[in-house]
Parts: sequence; C-alpha cells; structure tokens
Amino acid sequence: MQLSREALIRAYRQMKTIRLFEERLHDEIALGEIAGFTHLYAGQEACAVGVCEHLGPTDYIISTHRGHGHCIAKGCDVVAMMKEIYGSRDGLCKGKGGSMHIADMNVGMLGANGIVGAGAPIAVGAGITAKSNGTVSIAFSGDGACNQGTTFEAMNMAVVLKLPVIFVFENNHYSEHTGEAYAVGAESMTARSAAFGMKAIKANGIDFFSVYEAMRELINYCKAGSGPASIELDCERFYGHFEGDPQRYRGPGELDRIREERDCLKTFRTKVTEAKLLEGTDLDKVDAEVTDLIDRAVAEAKQADRPTPQDVLQDVYISY
Amino acid sequence: MAIKMIRDVIRDTIDAEMARDDSLIMLGEDIVGGNGAPGGPEAIGGIWGTSGGLWAKYGADRVIDTPISESAIIGAAAGAALTGKRAIAEIMFADFIGVCMDQIWNQVAKFRYMFGGKTSCPLVIRMPYGAGFNAAPQHSQVIHQFVTAMPGLKVVMPSTPADAKGLLTQAIRDDDPVIFLEHKALYGVKGEVPDGDYVIPFGHARQVTQGDDITILATGMMVGFAEKAAAQLAQDGIGCDILDLRTTSPLDEEAILDSVERTGRLLIVDEAPPRCSFATDLSALVAQKAFASLKAPIDMVTAPHSPVPFARELESAYLPSPDKIVASAVKLMSYRRGSA
Repeated sequence: MQLSREALIRAYRQMKTIRLFEERLHDEIALGEIAGFTHLYAGQEACAVGVCEHLGPTDYIISTHRGHGHCIAKGCDVVAMMKEIYGSRDGLCKGKGGSMHIADMNVGMLGANGIVGAGAPIAVGAGITAKSNGTVSIAFSGDGACNQGTTFEAMNMAVVLKLPVIFVFENNHYSEHTGEAYAVGAESMTARSAAFGMKAIKANGIDFFSVYEAMRELINYCKAGSGPASIELDCERFYGHFEGDPQRYRGPGELDRIREERDCLKTFRTKVTEAKLLEGTDLDKVDAEVTDLIDRAVAEAKQADRPTPQDVLQDVYISY
Repeated sequence: MAIKMIRDVIRDTIDAEMARDDSLIMLGEDIVGGNGAPGGPEAIGGIWGTSGGLWAKYGADRVIDTPISESAIIGAAAGAALTGKRAIAEIMFADFIGVCMDQIWNQVAKFRYMFGGKTSCPLVIRMPYGAGFNAAPQHSQVIHQFVTAMPGLKVVMPSTPADAKGLLTQAIRDDDPVIFLEHKALYGVKGEVPDGDYVIPFGHARQVTQGDDITILATGMMVGFAEKAAAQLAQDGIGCDILDLRTTSPLDEEAILDSVERTGRLLIVDEAPPRCSFATDLSALVAQKAFASLKAPIDMVTAPHSPVPFARELESAYLPSPDKIVASAVKLMSYRRGSA
C-alpha cells in the first residue's frame, strides 16, 4: 500500500460514485423513470477503479453492456452519463446510445457495448495506437464474453502482434443467468488465457488493493514491450443480469451473504481505517459529497432537454 | 495518363496514401504473406496482388499481417481508427463478411451515431467479391445488398481503373467507414488512369453511354456486360443510357431519375439474387419518384434466388450476361400498354 492519502480518497470516491450511481438507478428504474435495458455494475467497483486508477486519457479502455462503472472509473462526466441514461439530448451520447453505449473518446473510453465479446477485438486496434504512443489498451470482459470466439481471436492476435493490451476478465460467476461452473469449459479463465501465450494472473476483485497492485505489474509488463497480458478478477454482482431480473438462479441467502461478506467498499473502508491510512470521517465526508453529486445528476437529468424527431437523422454520417 | 490494371491501381493508390499520411495503416490476412514460413515475408503481397512491396516500404507496424481472424481484423482496424489512425482492412473474400458481420454492422457502422456524433471511424474495408471463377457458393458472392442497407456505411463498387483510383483515394480520406468492393474478375482490366492526386466524390454516377430509349443501371462487372449489350442494341437502333452508379450508398438518385424521365424505360442489372436487393431498391425508387415517366414496367436482370453454383455451365446460367440484358431490352421496347 504505497498510495498517498489523496490517491486513497480518490479511489474510494470513484468506487462510491459507481455504487451510488447504480443504487440510485435501481430505484429510479423501479419507479418507471428510465426506459430500456439497464445492467448494473454495483459490487464490482474495485475492478473498474483498481484498473483505471493507473490510466490516463490516452490509455484506452473498452467496456461491456455492464459499463457504467468503467465509464465513471475512466473519467466520463457523471451528470452527462445520467442524462444519457434518461435519454436526454444533452446526454453524453445525445440520447442515441443509452445505458449500453456510453462512450467518451476524450477520456479514452471507447464505449460500453451491447454485444457480448465485441469489445476485445476493438481493444486490439486501440492497442496498435497505444503501442505507437507508449500507452496501454484495456479490454474489459466478463465470464460470459470470455467464451466468445471474438475474444479468442482478439487474444491470439494481440499475442501475434505483441501489443500492449490487457484483457481484464471480471468473473462475477454469472454469464447472464448461467453459472461460470457450467459455461466456462476450461479449468479456469486464467489457465485458458495463459494457453494463448500471454502472461495471465488472478487477483481478488473485491479488494481494490489486490486489483491495483496486480495491474501495476501488468501495465509495466505491457509498456516494456512484452506483449499482452490477462487478469481474472474474482468479484460479485449485487444486482441481476438486467434490472427486472428475478434472479431465480441465485442460491438461498446468496445476495445477503455477498453484500455482507464480499462488498468491496466495506473491504476498502476496513483496510484503510484499520491501517490508519484514513479516518472513518474522511470516508463519511466522501459519502456525503457523492450523495449530493448523484442527487444533482438525477435532478438535472429529469429536467434536461428531450431529443426531437429531427434528431433521429443527425450523426449517421459525418458527410453523406 | 498511364495504362494500368485495377489490381495495380489499388496497390499504387494505397502506396500513395500511405506515403501521404503517416497515420494510415492496413491489416489483413496474407497482405504480406510468408511470415513464419520458410519463404519469408512478402512471399505473397496479398493473394490478389494488391499489397506487394508495401510491407518492405512501410514496415510491420503499418502493414500488419494478421491471422485468419476476420472479426479481429475488422475490430482491430476499427479500434485503431477510433483512436487516431486511419485504417484499411482487407477481407480476402467478401463472402467472409459472415464471420465479421457484428464488427461491421453493430460496431463500425454505429459508433458515430450511438456515441452522439462525437467520434469518427475512418476505416476502409476492402472486399474482393463476385462470381466468374467457378469458386462455388462460399467464394463467389456479392454483398453490396447487405451493406447498402446498413445506415452508417458508405459502399463503393468501382468498375474501371480510373474510378478505382479516384474512389479509393476518396474512401481512404473519408472520415466515415467505407466498404470498398473490388470485383475479382475486374482486377486484370486495363485502362487509363489519371496521374497525380485524383479524387472522385461519392454519390455521383458515371455516364457510360448516352441513349434515349432505355436507362440501364449497373455496378461492378455488370457495367461491362451492359456496355456489350448496348453495343449490340445500338445496331438495332436502340439507344441505351448506361449509368455506372459507382457508389450504392450514397446513391445518385438525381442522375437515375433524370435519365428515366428522359428514356421512360428502366433496366437494372445486378449480380445479386433478386429478393430484397439493390435492384429492388432502385426499382422502388423509380416507381415512387418517376412513375409517370415510365412507358413500360421496370425490368431487372439479376442472379436467380439461389446460391452461386460451382460448375461452369451452372455459373454461366446463374450470372447476368450481355445476352440476357439484350433480351430484357428488346422486351421493354416491344411493351405496349394493355398488351400481355
């Protein structure tokens, strides 16, 4: 733990922002305030933040359908994201993408993606650019996308071209409604990544420090020109595959247990206060600030301009 | 002016643009060839001869030989194009679009729109296509009908060496993703090519022949077939107004409607099967916007609703031909309202 006090507070703030963003969406969706399909990231915050705290705007990430956490961790504007999810024309994507397609090239966020497994090949291309810039490209995937052929193609090509791409597999143990134990045929996701000929490690996805330190090693490895790497992060998804999912595939008491025993925010708070790196009051202050931010984001999103029918035809092409 | 084959025009145009723009890269399977093999790199230079010498000139970071991984080829080209590069991806046969359709249709075509107009993806996907080589059902198809239907893509189908240069230059410099379709049977076609910088803007049809009796719309290899038919029809006093549409998206509607309003007859020649196709799209356009000008029903000479067959006799029967175009034209000229 070599992080400064400021860096610790920043990491906590990022994780807390994701958590409250998602919890608030859960409530607003239940009230019928938000259209469409939404996949919440709560529970996995240490993964996104543990990775992205190493990155700058010219490092690239590509995300998944469960993308809000990656967007926030990479620096997308939280209010503009909320407006997007509400479908406003002032949203980050002008109401054209919604929850599953939030992107911001200015911060190196190449998009959440509605197609499971589609991101990894695009991350390879960002890796071509990253190689020429001395940066890295990150493909976030889950234990579902790890079974897509596109992911295999991307991993092999990254090895062949020796690109600075890190394949981050967040193993929340469910690909939609099917267990990892059934759907991942290999001995483990890490073993399969290693078989592609890349450095492959595991870390504890509910411990920010475990993710952060493992990623430090991998980023140094990639930037040294050693080729791609992969990391499997063992983590938990606190909500369903999508909002409205009755989650009949969960075991008895499972949700209560993981919220009690495997909450990355609780883990972080316990670690930093027990080690006397931060006071509980420092974290309480962040909690209050983030609560205000999310309240403001929702209030602004509800008041924001709606798109007009004329907007349908905008931005299909740059010129046509 | 130089006389060149289309395959050399493609190679030379890529060469000129790579020299002009350091951010331009290209990717594809065997575009270098021989990597990891006893023959060594550049043993192939692209199976169509469209990238020879480029690897030696621009290096492996810009001329990127890939595994047989079409989704990763398109995805990698797209990811590079989203992050500041320009990219050319080669899919060795257009038929292989099936294995990378998601990257083209759900990713590349939609980035700009679904990300709120704040991105560009300057990517050219080159795809050799078409029948005529007895290459059987999975190596002979046209795919323009699919990609033309996809908002966000531009679709280009050159038929002459000069157009190949002007349209490929535009495609590479264009800020939107472009599907650039090269007919395999036209690679060896020779013709005059303008020297120096030569750019043809998209959405402008080329007037191939002028005539007052029948408008013939064609693209790719069908343009040459239409020209042959028109020469024969001219001997019988039938004048054909042939338009090579050059780009199917954007489409030069104005040129099409102007011509049909003048001739009153429309014959569409298309290498695709006839259902839900480019030909039916053109037919619907003219039926909606130039109905009053029509002196006869619109006719289409297309492939049949079948896969492309292998055997010589079968593939010949499958493809449109100058003879089929002549027969259609004669039928159109003899049409009388009220007759059967």
